[in-house]
Amino acid sequence: MAYSEKVLEHFKNPKNVGTLDKTKRTVGTGLVGAPECGDVMRLQIEVEESSQTIKDAKFKTFGCGSAIASSSLATEWLKGKSIEDAMKIDNMDIVEELALPPVKIHCSVLAEDAIKRAIKDYKTKNEIAD
Amino acid sequence: MSIQKIYLDNNSTTPCDPRVVKAMLPYFYDHFGNAASRSHPFGWEAEEGVDYAREQVAELINVSSKEIIFTSGATESDNLALKGVFEMYRRKGNHIITLTTEHKAVLDSCKKLEKMGANVTYLPVKGDGLVDLEVLEAAITDKTILVSIMWANNETGVIQPMKAIGEICAKYGVLFMSDATQAVGKIPVDPKATGVHLMAFTGHKMYGPKGVGALFVNRKNPRVKVTAQQDGGGHERGMRSGTLNVPAIVGLGTAAELARLEMDQDAKRLSKLRDKLEQGLKDNLEEVYVNGNVHHRMPHVTNISFKHVEGEGLMMTFNQNIAVSSGSACTSASLEPSYVLMALGLGDDLAHSSIRFSLGRFTKEQEVDMAIDMLTKGVNHMRDLSPIWEMYKDGIDLEAVEWTEH
Repeated sequence: MAYSEKVLEHFKNPKNVGTLDKTKRTVGTGLVGAPECGDVMRLQIEVEESSQTIKDAKFKTFGCGSAIASSSLATEWLKGKSIEDAMKIDNMDIVEELALPPVKIHCSVLAEDAIKRAIKDYKTKNEIAD
Repeated sequence: MSIQKIYLDNNSTTPCDPRVVKAMLPYFYDHFGNAASRSHPFGWEAEEGVDYAREQVAELINVSSKEIIFTSGATESDNLALKGVFEMYRRKGNHIITLTTEHKAVLDSCKKLEKMGANVTYLPVKGDGLVDLEVLEAAITDKTILVSIMWANNETGVIQPMKAIGEICAKYGVLFMSDATQAVGKIPVDPKATGVHLMAFTGHKMYGPKGVGALFVNRKNPRVKVTAQQDGGGHERGMRSGTLNVPAIVGLGTAAELARLEMDQDAKRLSKLRDKLEQGLKDNLEEVYVNGNVHHRMPHVTNISFKHVEGEGLMMTFNQNIAVSSGSACTSASLEPSYVLMALGLGDDLAHSSIRFSLGRFTKEQEVDMAIDMLTKGVNHMRDLSPIWEMYKDGIDLEAVEWTEH
C-alpha cells in the first residue's frame, strides 16, 4: 500500500513529538488505543487559562504511519485553537487532509478520540462543565 | 544518487538466478512446441526439455521423475494434494489433521473440504512453533486419511520434526502430505526417507520463475493417487490437465539442479549472515526477541519482535531501502496480526512488533551490515515516538493500564 506524500512527510518529520507534564493543572492528556490493537496514541494539550486557547500540543504514538501522521497533524491543528473550536475537529477532516485509505480510517477516529479525551481531562481537572 | 535497495524478503519470492533465465530462453522461441505434440520435432524438443527438467527436480528431492507432477505453483499443488486425496480416499475416512500455523493454501483448502464433508483437526503448536508429537498421535482416529504438515514455516522458518511425524503416520497407515515450499532447494529434503507421500513446492522460492511448481506423489509403498481437480487433456498422468508451461518447467529444473549443487554452501554462508544480523540487532537494541525455535529452523530466516514498536510503522522508516515482511496487522487489510505468531502464544503486542528477515543467494554481507544500521535507527526513531516505550521506561506496568480498545 502506498502512502500519501502528506502521511510520509508527517511520518519522517513528525511535528510536536514529546511529553507535557501531566500533573500540571493546565495540561490535559488523552491516551487512547491499546497495544493489542497495534495503536496507542497519547495526545496532550496545554491551555492558556485567560483565553481558553491551546498554546501547546504534544503527542507520542505507537502505531503505523497513518496513526503517527494523524496524531502529528492533530497537534498542529490544535495549537492556537480555542477549546471550543478544538472540539469541532472531525476525524473526516484528518482523513481528507492526509488522503487516508479506508483501512486506515480508524487512525483518524483514534486521533479525534484522543483530542476529545485530552480536552475532557483538562476540563475535569479544572472543574469546567462540558 | 540512486537509493540502494536491499532485498531481505526471499521467503516471499526470490529473484531468478541468471543461469535459470538463460536455460529458459530457447524454450520461448527455438523450442516453443507443445510438449504434448507427439507427431513432430517441435513437440519432441519441448518434451525433451520437460523430461530433463523432471529428472532435475526429482534428483533434488531424491525421488523418481515419474513421481513429479508439474503445476502452476505451490498453492495449486497444495489444493491438488488435499482435495485430490480427500476425493480419492473419502470412502476410507473423512478426517484430516493439519496445523494452525500452515499456509493459507492449506488452511483454506481444508476449510473448503469441511464444506464438502471433511472433518478437519487444526492442531495448535508449542511456543517454539513445533508440533507436539503426542498431541498429533492422539488426534489420529480410524477415520483419519491424511496428515498435512508444512516442512518449514514461511514466517518463522521453524522446521517441523518431519521424520518423527512420518513414523507416526506410518504406524497408523495415514497418508502424510507436506507443504515444503520454504524448504525445498534450501535444506536437504528427502520425502521418501522421511515418510512423506505427497509434497508441494514451487519454483519462485528457489531462484526459479514464478507460475511453476510441482507436487510429488509417491508411486510405490504406498501407491498414492489424487483425483484431478482440473480436467482436460489428461496431462501429467491424468492428475493435472493443461498444456505444460515448458519454459517455466525448464527454469524450475535448472533451479533445482543449481539448488542441489549449491544448497550447502548457500546455507552455510546465509546462516552466518543471519546470525550476524540477529546478534547485531541484539547488541544495538534492548527488548529484542527472536520468535520460534532457534535450533530447528531454516538457515536464512529470522523473525524478530522489537518490543513497543509497531511493525508497519517501523518498516516505513526503512522500506525505501530494505524489503522485509511484518507480522503486523497493518500490512494487510485484515487488521489482525499474524495468525502464525499468535499460534506461538505471542501476545498481540509482540506479534504487531515483528519483522521477518529472509536472506537469499544474492544477499551480501555489506547489505546485512546496512540493514543492522537502518533497523537500529528505525527502532530508535519509533521508540522515541512511542508512548508505551516511554511508559515502559518509566517503570509503568503496561499490563495494569486500562486501555481503551477500539
